[in-house]
Amino acid sequence: MIEARGIVKRFGDFTALDSVSVEVEAGSLTALLGPSGSGKSTLLRVIAGLERPDAGQVCLERRDVTALAPQQRGVGFVFQHYAAFKHMTVWENVAFGLKIRRRPRAEVKHRVGELLELVQLARLGDRYPAQLSGGQRQRMGLARALAVDPKVLLLDEPFGALDARVRKELRAWLRRLHDETHTTTVIVTHDQEEAMEVADRVVVMNGGRIEQTAPPRELYDHPANEFVMSFVGPVNRLGDAFIRPHDIELLVEPNGATQEAMVQRLVHLGFEVRVELVRDDGEVLSAQLTREQVEALELQRGQIVYVRPMRQTVFAD
Amino acid sequence: MAANAQALPAPRARRSAAPGLAIGLSTLYLSVIVLLPLAALASRAHGWDAITSAQATSALRLTLLVSLTVALINAVAGTAIAWTLVRDRFLGQGFVNALVDLPFALPTIVAGLTLLTLYRDVAFTRWAILLALLFVTLPFVVRTVQPVLLELDTEMEDAAASLGASRLATFRRVILPNIFPAILSGVALAFARAVGEFGSVVLISGNLPFKTEVASVYVFGRIESGDTGGAAAASVVILAISCGVLLTIGGVRRWATRHDR
Amino acid sequence: MIGRYVLRFAALGYIAALLATPVGYVFGKTFGHGFWPAWHGVATPDAVHALKLTLIIAAIAVPANTIFGVLAALAIVRHRFPGAGIFNAVVDLPLALSPVVVGLALLLLYGRGGWLGGHHVLFALPGMVLATMLVCLPFVVREVVPVLREIGTEQEQAAATLGASALQTFVRVTWPAIRWATAFGVVLGTARALGEFGAVSVVSGRLAEQTETLTLYVQDRYQAFDETGAYASAVVLALIAVTTLLLMTALKPKEETR
Repeated sequence: MIEARGIVKRFGDFTALDSVSVEVEAGSLTALLGPSGSGKSTLLRVIAGLERPDAGQVCLERRDVTALAPQQRGVGFVFQHYAAFKHMTVWENVAFGLKIRRRPRAEVKHRVGELLELVQLARLGDRYPAQLSGGQRQRMGLARALAVDPKVLLLDEPFGALDARVRKELRAWLRRLHDETHTTTVIVTHDQEEAMEVADRVVVMNGGRIEQTAPPRELYDHPANEFVMSFVGPVNRLGDAFIRPHDIELLVEPNGATQEAMVQRLVHLGFEVRVELVRDDGEVLSAQLTREQVEALELQRGQIVYVRPMRQTVFAD
Repeated sequence: MAANAQALPAPRARRSAAPGLAIGLSTLYLSVIVLLPLAALASRAHGWDAITSAQATSALRLTLLVSLTVALINAVAGTAIAWTLVRDRFLGQGFVNALVDLPFALPTIVAGLTLLTLYRDVAFTRWAILLALLFVTLPFVVRTVQPVLLELDTEMEDAAASLGASRLATFRRVILPNIFPAILSGVALAFARAVGEFGSVVLISGNLPFKTEVASVYVFGRIESGDTGGAAAASVVILAISCGVLLTIGGVRRWATRHDR
Repeated sequence: MIGRYVLRFAALGYIAALLATPVGYVFGKTFGHGFWPAWHGVATPDAVHALKLTLIIAAIAVPANTIFGVLAALAIVRHRFPGAGIFNAVVDLPLALSPVVVGLALLLLYGRGGWLGGHHVLFALPGMVLATMLVCLPFVVREVVPVLREIGTEQEQAAATLGASALQTFVRVTWPAIRWATAFGVVLGTARALGEFGAVSVVSGRLAEQTETLTLYVQDRYQAFDETGAYASAVVLALIAVTTLLLMTALKPKEETR
């Protein structure tokens, strides 16, 4: 398990982490989610020992490692741009940690073979990183980090440099891997879909502070503030209230506390339809309906409809 | 037709003139300035005793020995200096960085004179030659390694640290293999320079035959005694050996960068 | 941690012992007796003539080399021609040649009995200029070639599609991109030209007041046991070298942030 308490980190005038505390349960997969500059990568690097905090404490498995170098922490780190040893083959890259620890040849051979099988790079052992695709290089990076049986696995936007399809594949693959190995894992990402899909718990960060820590479902259903709510999903604003697109009901006739709006555009996204509406005062709303609902209402461009929130959230300031 | 506002310039056959001019003129210049004299040198080389005499072989052996030593010392010192200039931070770093280029800028005769003034005790010994050659070759390895160190991805070093490698292991297994080709380039340049060096050595070494006479001074001696044929023969041999060493270093360099292709 | 200080100390110590201390010592020795004795040591007619000769040689050799350098760089990078590889190798050749060998080659070519002999090239200005041109040859080319490679041909192609002739393209598009690299190469080449010793030593005949450059003058004074004269003229050359260093330092960042 990982405990970080009161971490402060400044780069010159810029405060990357403003007294951040977080706890990661052993065996869980936790995501650090936030926009660029939120401090999530910095926090990860502090946990790894690649950055020294100006204040605060880091404990791994109840051991205070704040003063320890990365070599001594037993963490596995996977980098966004792979950090591949470009002068070594894939095999040598994965074997690196084991060779440093002077493991016997036979053990190294066995372990590396096992890992290359696991990440499906078994036939590419003799290639150099320059000859691999991005996805292959990152799988190599993962195998390399896992080779030394780390107590904690840290991934810094591991799929950020890859294209969308490869990203989705590797995301699912990472979750399956975690379910098998149960290594305590922390993944940094700015992609909320990725965090929600892969993690047991999500830590939402903004401007060097933690906004909320919760399982994905709770984050979505009970966001702590406006920032979290708009970061984890699309949101409409009506005065003080925040409403999810799928919580907007559209009626053909006015009924009680409904508001008038005009259908501006219908975007058909397979099973769902995004209905873009505009009110008298120019305010734009976005509702999410199923195909059947749209057909039942016979919605068309330019049509006047009546909007009612089925559920809304208001935050006390 | 009239509606077409923009008239294109009339096509000319100018495309073929400019490249031809550049290639032609520069080849002419190169031939007259470099190739012709070297051809004259090769054609007038004769006289085996100029190459095989005891004095000649002694000068050649001394030159090669000292030049290789200097190249190796530079490999270490140059890398250390490049490292300090790139990875370290200290007051006056910019000044030191500029100072490294001094041997490029300073006339060799002045270099020899300044070394002679301070290190009088080594004058007329082989150490004087070593000293002079170290002076003139200082910038080579530094300047080839520096840009590579600047471009080096520090994430590789972070990765090595996270995998348990100590600073020394990281240097040996990650950094060094990546700067090795640059070190080799610098070594080749330093070696070539050292073999032919004249101005800085001629004052400080005393030019004692069989003791402190380097190849270039030997050749100069042959010229002064009117044996230009012999001097040319010796020059050709020295050039051939230099080329051999440089080609070998080039080959090693190509092997060391095979992962980049 | 300690390692960093050890390395810094070792590297700086090496530079201090090899470079800084000797040069500083010479400056000290030269001006040790005051400025005027040093001035007198260098203000002799022979020395002044030597300096003038050195400057004239550089004034001819460097511009010629610069034009060649830019043309050659364009030829190598932009217009791939058969033999470009050999051309490139020959351009680098002067860096591997001993100055004495350079002088010898010229001696054999232009001397009595040589292919181009009997035209009063040797033991006179033309010979020394030719020697200097040979040794300075690579500098501008080597600085401009990487820049040309890096900027690529896209801008030049764009200019062509917009109607620019080859000359206009060069002046308006190519030259602005390579001018700092060229300047840097010129500075290096000039420093080399002013400091040339071995080759001119062979081709000049060493006739004082006629074919003695400042570098030859330094050796001449030293061998005549005129230490003050030798050091004073050495210091003049050293001051020129320092100016060169300052120019190099000023031009380097411009060269790197194209």
